[in-house]
Parts: sequence; C-alpha cells; structure tokens
Amino acid sequence: MSLLEELYRETIMQHAQRPHNFGPLEGATVKVGGHNPSCGDQIELYLKIEDGRIAEARFTGHGCAISQSSASMMTDLIRGRTLDEALELERKFKAMVVEGEPPAPELGDLSALQGVAKLHARVKCATLAWNALEQAIEEARPS
Amino acid sequence: MFDPAAVKRDFPIFEHHPDLVFLDSAASSQKPRAVVEATVRYYEHDHANVHRGAYGLSMRATEAYETARQRMARFLGAEADEVVFVRNATEALNLVAYAWGLEHLRGGDEILVTEMEHHANLVPWQLVAARTGARIKAVPLTAEGRLDLDAFATLLSKRTRVFAVTQMSNVLGTVNPVAELAAAARERGALVVVDGAQAAPHLPVRVRELNADFYALSGHKMLGPTGAGVLWGRREALADLPPFLGGGSMIEEVTIERSSYAPPPQRFEAGTPAIAEAVGLGAAADYLMRLGMENVWAHDRALLEYALERLDEVPDLHLYGPRGADRGGVIAFNLGRLHPHDLATALDERGVAVRTGHHCAQPLHRRLGVAATARASFYVYNTPSDVDRLVEALLEARKFFADWL
Ligand SMILES: Cc1ncc(COP(=O)(O)O)c(C=O)c1O
Repeated sequence: MSLLEELYRETIMQHAQRPHNFGPLEGATVKVGGHNPSCGDQIELYLKIEDGRIAEARFTGHGCAISQSSASMMTDLIRGRTLDEALELERKFKAMVVEGEPPAPELGDLSALQGVAKLHARVKCATLAWNALEQAIEEARPS
Repeated sequence: MFDPAAVKRDFPIFEHHPDLVFLDSAASSQKPRAVVEATVRYYEHDHANVHRGAYGLSMRATEAYETARQRMARFLGAEADEVVFVRNATEALNLVAYAWGLEHLRGGDEILVTEMEHHANLVPWQLVAARTGARIKAVPLTAEGRLDLDAFATLLSKRTRVFAVTQMSNVLGTVNPVAELAAAARERGALVVVDGAQAAPHLPVRVRELNADFYALSGHKMLGPTGAGVLWGRREALADLPPFLGGGSMIEEVTIERSSYAPPPQRFEAGTPAIAEAVGLGAAADYLMRLGMENVWAHDRALLEYALERLDEVPDLHLYGPRGADRGGVIAFNLGRLHPHDLATALDERGVAVRTGHHCAQPLHRRLGVAATARASFYVYNTPSDVDRLVEALLEARKFFADWL
C-alpha cells in the first residue's frame, strides 16, 4: 500500500466529504478558533460543557481532508466525556500522529489517521482541531 | 547556450535527491556549488569582523563583503553605495516603512498598495499606518490577474504618499508595469517602494529604469544563502532616510546624549552583518550574471509556456494568473474541490515538490475566492521533464481523488 493509500483511507474520505457535527452550536459555553498559518486551514470549535462534561461539540471552518476528518471524528469522540477524559484522548491522539505510537483502542475511528505520523508536513493538519480542544478546555476551566 | 540540464549539475541537492522535481523556487531556490563553496572558502580563509579590525584578516573579510556589495550593485545596475545588505526582502521593506513612514506619514495620508502584495509589502505598512494615522488603499486586480490600471489612476491622488508594489506576483506570476506606474506615482510626489523578491531572481533588473526610490530583494530566492538580502535605494532617497536600527557600525560620532550617523549604506547596517551570507549572495549574483539574466528569463518563459500548454490538458485543473508575455514562471492551481494540501501530498508521493496555502498573500486569495492554492514555480535548474512529471502526478492524483472532483 502506498503512503497515500495508507493515509487517505475510506474512513477519512467519508468524514472529510461529509463531516459530522459541522456547523455552529447554539448555546455553546465555549468557542475557540484555531488556524494553521502555513496552509490557511481554519477551524472554530464550539463546546457545550455541562457539569464538567462535554455535552455537545461542533465545528466550522475549512481545510484539507486531514484536518476536516480529524475534527469530524474528534467531535464524535469527545461527546459525553469529562474534560480530563477529553484531554487524555488528546494526549493519545498526539502520541499516535506526532510520536508515531500505535493507536490507543479508545481512539476508535481516529486510528485511521495514524499514517499522518509518517508525513511530517501533515501533522499540523491532524492536530489543528485538537489544539483548539485543548485551548477550549483551558478556557472553560474555572481558574 | 543555456542548458538547464547542465545548470542542474551545478546544484548538489539534485545529486543527493536525483528523483526530486523541485517546483518551489518561489519560496526559496536551491544553491549552486559556487555559492556553497564561496561561503565555505570565506570561513576557511577570510573570516573576521568587518570594518573594525586593524589587522590583515579583518581587511580581507571587509574586502570580501564589499566585493559582494559591488557584485549586487552590478547585478541591479546600481552603485555599490546604494546597496544596503539586510536579511531579506521582509527586512528591507520594514526598514523603509519604519524609517521613512514614521518620519513622513501623517493622519490623512494614503499608502497605496496592491491586492497582489505579499504580506511582507503590506503588514509593515499597516503597522506604520496604525502609528501615524495614514490609511491604506489597494489597487484591485482585473479578472485575468493583472493590476487594474484605470483603478490605479483613480486611486492615485495628492494624498498618496507611498506607492508600494511588487514587480512580480509570487502567486499569479504577473509582472507589473512598474516603471510606468512608478513614474505616475512619483509625479504625484509619492515615494515608490518596489518588492523585487520574485522579479530579481528571474528577470534582468536595471533598478534605475524602474523610477523607484527603493527596491527590496531576498538573496535566498536568487541562489544565495538564507539571511542575506538587499535594499537598494536611489542615492538621494537613501541620503534622506533616517536610521532604522541603531548600534555599532552605523554611526559617525557618539556621545551619551546623541549620535551622528554614517552615510549610506553603513547607516542602515547596524551591528555585525551576515558576512558569509553576503559573500555567498555575491557569488550567486556572479553565477546568474554568467548565465545571463536575459537567458534566465527566456528559460523561465519557455518553461512556463510549455507548462501552461501541458496543464491545460489536465481535466478539472483550475489555473490562476494571466496569459501573456507579462508573466514569470509561477503557476498557482487547484484541482476540482480537492484541498491543495491533499493534492500536494499526492504530488509529494511522486517526488514533485510544490507549495500549498495562501503563499503569504491572503488578500489575493480572498480576491480569487479561495482559501488556498497549490503553486509550482520554476527556476534555472528546471527542465521540461519536470513539467511532464508534474502533469503525470496530477493525472494520478486526479484518479486517486476521483470522488473530490
Ligand atoms: C513577492 C514577495 N515579497 C516578499 C517576500 C518575502 O521574502 P522573505 O521571506 O525572504 O523576506 C516573498 C517571499 O516569499 C515574496 O514572494
């Protein structure tokens, strides 16, 4: 399998073409923007946090298949999680795409993005939504 | 005769990456052996600080540095004392914007830029505008991607104090009629600042014929090392310009309260410069002059025409930029609805290196109605077979991403 086939798997293509949770979120308790200055990809992440849990997560923006599918799958995965659980998922996701570690089972569909680790130029695309998540959680936490 | 295959052999990078199709010279060019060797030779034989030591080695270093300045002067058709070494075009443009702008701009003044400017020739003017109350106006583009000359004529007014324009667009490849525009702007009393970052590497430049006050370029885009660029200034314009950075080497006499400044170009070269990089840039200018800039331009043009013809065969490929003789070897494109970043990964897989994104020209992309494009750019070492490889890779990518078209 070529690197390209390894990267652009069915799952990724589906999420990129028809992203889940796409569109603004009414009643969001936190909203943060993220962008990738090198390629112009952009995301707005909306979270509704209730009792320390992410009740809902949606996003808007534009970008490549990697950044869009990552945001789509991430917003699926973090729904219902506590903030700490979400941060733990972020850590595991980054371990996979940045460090090249094997995907943790909790990552589910996101394991389709593991090929990104071999393509350094694309790591920032995959982590765009997750960086926004980290920032959103930071902002949502009572300091 | 100009033989790109022979030229290519002068560039060690292609020995180490024999299959590489490098189509990103607009971002930074590769370096010929002559440039790398000049830099190494300088460090091994001549290095000391410049303009300071009373010993032989420092004289040698100073001589190497000043020879590089003379070479850049010859390259630009200028005098050596009009050539200021800076880090890159960005620094050159900031130097003018701050040094001239903070001194001369007032509330109600206008800075005229264009919609195709690189951020390097826009953001410095915004920063200075914010501090002086000046306003920024932009010359719009025609549908083909040229400057709208009628709009230029309307926008130019007695309030226009600065006209800042790129000689060649780093996205569309458009070569602007700078001499004509500059003459009109200067007649109105505006300072004319030309961004030559893309033009200087590719076409013969005689700065005096451009009617400009200042001209900025980056050495690393014209076969030189990173870290050395040039601000050319018309002698009178430089003489009137206050310093930008203060420190050693740029002064005449210093007391605790005040200083008097050295004449240009030293006035604008505070601190220890990038000596080895300047020496390398001098070698790059020599290399290009040996090839002949007329030949470099003819080569770029021929490759561009061939590429446009071949790329027109690729279905779903959208090409940006004007068709005509007023265009250099830069092609921005998009394939169907596919994001250019995904496209570039597919091209990279086949050894074809292109850049994607907004190429530091967001207002231009907004005008084109896209967030990003992929961009192929040519230089002296590119051959028609590189174009063929690009076309093949695009056709393959089109198959692979068929759902996205
Ligand atoms: C037209 C233009 N102006 C300015 C620059 C800035 O060059 P540098 O980053 O070397 O300062 C570039 C380089 O990308 C350019 O293409």
